[in-house]
Amino acid sequence: MDLIFEGILKAFYLLITFDPEVMGITLLSLQVSGTATFISLLIGISIGTLVALAEFPGRRFVVSLINTGMGLPPVVVGLFVTIFLWRSGPLGFLGILYTPAAMILAQAIIATPIVMGITLAAIQALPKNLRLQILALGATRLQMVWILIKEAKLPLLAGVMAGFGGVISEVGASIMVGGNIKGYSRVLTTATVMETSRGNFDVAIALGIILLLLAYLINLILTQVQQRERPR
Amino acid sequence: MNGSPSILEVKDLQVTKAGTLVLDIPALMIEEGEILSLIGPNGAGKTTLLQTLARLIKPSAGEFFFKGRQASPNLSDLEYRRRVAMVFQEPLLFDTTVFENVASGLKIRGMQGPEIRKIVTENLEQFGISHLLHRSARKISGGEAQRVALARSFATRPEVLLLDEPFSSLDPPTRESLLADLESILRRTKTTTVMATHDRMEALRFSDRVAVMNQGRILQVGPPAEVMNQPLDEFVASFVGVETILPGRVIKKNGGSFVASIMGYEVEAVGEVELGESVVFCIRPENVTLAVHPSKESSSARNFFSGKILKIIPMGLYHKVQLHCGFPLVAYVTGHSLENLALTEGKEVVAYFKATSIHVVKKKGGQV
Repeated sequence: MDLIFEGILKAFYLLITFDPEVMGITLLSLQVSGTATFISLLIGISIGTLVALAEFPGRRFVVSLINTGMGLPPVVVGLFVTIFLWRSGPLGFLGILYTPAAMILAQAIIATPIVMGITLAAIQALPKNLRLQILALGATRLQMVWILIKEAKLPLLAGVMAGFGGVISEVGASIMVGGNIKGYSRVLTTATVMETSRGNFDVAIALGIILLLLAYLINLILTQVQQRERPR
Repeated sequence: MNGSPSILEVKDLQVTKAGTLVLDIPALMIEEGEILSLIGPNGAGKTTLLQTLARLIKPSAGEFFFKGRQASPNLSDLEYRRRVAMVFQEPLLFDTTVFENVASGLKIRGMQGPEIRKIVTENLEQFGISHLLHRSARKISGGEAQRVALARSFATRPEVLLLDEPFSSLDPPTRESLLADLESILRRTKTTTVMATHDRMEALRFSDRVAVMNQGRILQVGPPAEVMNQPLDEFVASFVGVETILPGRVIKKNGGSFVASIMGYEVEAVGEVELGESVVFCIRPENVTLAVHPSKESSSARNFFSGKILKIIPMGLYHKVQLHCGFPLVAYVTGHSLENLALTEGKEVVAYFKATSIHVVKKKGGQV
C-alpha cells in the first residue's frame, strides 16, 4: 500500500511543481497527437463527406472498409509505418523513422478512419431533404457541402474527440516508430510503459493521471454532444 | 387564362425514377401571381412535380421555361433556384438561431450586414415571430418552426414559391392560424405560389386554380368551383368530395334532358349525350335531400327513390347518411333534420335530387 500511496504523493508533487520532464512529455504528446488529429480531420472529413453524399458502385464496400478502419490495431499501423520508413523501405529516403514526424504519420493513419467513419455517419444522419432544402435556398454545391458539415458539427466534434482520444492513449505505434527517445520522441504513453518497467511508479502515476484527466475531458465534451437535440 | 403572362411553363415533362415513369406532364402553365394547388393522394407525384419545378430533380425529358427563358441552356439551375423558393413538409431548420435561419438564404447570396437585419426583421414580423429572433431553432414549437421556414423562404423574395404540404404535421388550430396568415401574405405580396396538399378544403379555399393529380399525371386543372362541380372523371370526382358515383347507360332522350339506367333504375339528368352511351353520374351529398314521406316539395325533383338507411356517420357539422335505394346513395343532413326526421339506421326514407344537380361524366372510349 505504501508503494501506491507514496507514488501518488510524489506524482502530485511532480504535477504541482510543473516538473520540466513531465511537462515536456505532456507537451510533446499534445503536439504529436494534436497535429495527427488535425491531419486526420482534413482527410477524414473531406473523404467522409464525399462518400456520404456520392452515389457510386461499390459504395457499400467502401463504407465497410472505413468502418473496419475505425478499429485499426495501432501495432499493425506501427509495423507498416516502420517498414515503409525503414532505411531500405519505399519511404526510407525521408529519414524520419524514430522522429516525432513518424509518430504523427502513424497516429494520423490511426485517427483518419475514425474521423472518416464518424463524419460519414454524421452526414448520413442529417434529414434526407436537408440537402434539397439547402439547394432550394440557392446554394452552390460547395455551399451546400459546407452547410451540411456545419449542421453536423456536433457529431463531428465527437469524431474529433474520438480521433484525438484514440491516438493520445495509443502506445504501440508510437513506441515502434518514435523509439521513445528521451526529450525527443517520448510521449505520455511510451514514458508510462518505460517508467513502470523501471519501477519508477511515482513518475508513471503522474503521467497516468495526466492521461486520465485528458480522457475525462474528452468524455465530458462527448457527453455534452450526445445530450443535445436536433432542431425541428 | 389565355393572354395572361406565364411565369413558369413546362412541356412534355417526364421524370423517371429507377426505370419507372413517375411524372408525366404534357403541359402546365403557371401564371404570374396565381396560387395553384396540387391535390391528390399520397404518391400522386405532387412532391416530385414541386421538386422538378424547383429544379432539384432533373427531368428525364421535357422543356422548362421561366419567364420565357429556357432552362438549362438560357438559364442556369443556380440562377433559377436563387429566384424561387421551396418549403418542405418538415421545417428543416438549421442548428442555429432563428435569426441565422431566416438570414441563411440571403447569406448564401452573398448579402451582408444591415441589409440582412432589415429583411430578417421584416419577415419575422410578417409571420408574427419577432419574439423568437434570438431563440435557438432547437427550442421552438412545430408551428413556430414552420413559420420560421416560411419566413426563411420569403426573405429571398422569391418570384415563385413552392410549398410541399408545409402544414400537414401541425395540429388543427396551429394550422388554421398559419394558413390564415400565409393567405394574407401571399395575396398582399402577389407571390406566384404552387402548393401541394392532400387536404382538398385547404386547396379550395386558397387557390385560384386547382390541379388534381394521380399516378404522376394531372387529371384536371381549373378554378376550384369548376373542379368541384364538373370533375372530368371518376377519380377527380371522388377526390373532390363527390360521394355518389354511379355508372349507367343512356336509354331515353327528350330535349335537353335524358334518362339513364343505373342498375335497372331510371335516373334523369341534363346534358348532351347519345342514346346507348355509357355515362357516370356524380352526385354531391349536399344535393341529396331526405324525407320520411313523399311530399309536394319532393315531387318537383325528377329523381326520387325510396331506400333504407344503412349507416349514419357523424362528420362534425353534419351527418353523412349512407342509403341503399337499389343503388348506393350518400346524403348529408344537418343534426337538426336528423332529429326532426328521426332518422336511424335501418329506417325507410325517400331520397330525392334534381336532374340538374347531377354532374355527368362521359366514359372515355364510349362502351364499357
